[in-house]
Amino acid sequence: MTTELILFFSLALIAIITGLGLLISKNAIYAALYLVLNFFTIAIFYLLLGGAFIAMAQVSVYAGAIMVLFLFVIMILGAEKLGKSNTVAWQRPVAIILSIILLIEAGYVLFWRTAPVQAAQTLPDGFGGPASIGNVLLNNYLLPFEITSVLLLVAMIGAIVLTHKQKTDKEV
Amino acid sequence: MITLNWVLIFSAALFSIGLFGVLARRNAVAILMGIELMLNAVNVNLVGFWRFSNPAVITGQAFAVIVFAVAAAEVAVGLALVISIYRRRKTIAADDIDLMKW
Repeated sequence: MTTELILFFSLALIAIITGLGLLISKNAIYAALYLVLNFFTIAIFYLLLGGAFIAMAQVSVYAGAIMVLFLFVIMILGAEKLGKSNTVAWQRPVAIILSIILLIEAGYVLFWRTAPVQAAQTLPDGFGGPASIGNVLLNNYLLPFEITSVLLLVAMIGAIVLTHKQKTDKEV
Repeated sequence: MITLNWVLIFSAALFSIGLFGVLARRNAVAILMGIELMLNAVNVNLVGFWRFSNPAVITGQAFAVIVFAVAAAEVAVGLALVISIYRRRKTIAADDIDLMKW
């Protein structure tokens, strides 16, 4: 049990450090790479919690597809540097204050306003695999699943329409 | 022993970091990255609640899968918007995109 605890805290530490690295890195490429590391850490965290399929989906969808898309766009636009300042000057203190307030609120609610939590039950072998998740998705949550597919279709069409270069476009 | 509280605190910390990124960065791509981090924190929450409340029902993981799909769609449209804006305005700094500012 203590190994689990050590693993949890080291993973949480790595995830938070990479998140902070994402915030303070000036170069957008470095920020994206920090985010990849963060996603991998969270995938290992899912494995620790017993969600094998979720962990694999995290690596392939987030760390694979989404971050490759981000890196592509950053490199296409040459947007890795923004010149003088990284953040809007007056927004930084406001953002720090708001984020810290949110964190304190969440910590307060979670630690002092919740019922005592139970420990995690042990999981049977072969649990949380793709087959069981597919069963749940296609039996209990068929409608949200189908709506998600429609959403993906709409997003695809939207992305194509938005990036399509029109001949009659005038520069604004 | 990990408890649900620690998982939730971890996810709240990730969410706050993402929120800071969204509020304070100038780069539109970096803002999208902050949104990704926040969605990820939500996923950690879902998986944590699944694990610690009733692991026999896999609802938490099913919802996490749906959140994955939504995040992918959001990134595709968001980055397409960024490219479209860059094509017209030659910038992706969020405070330079003030076409609709009164």
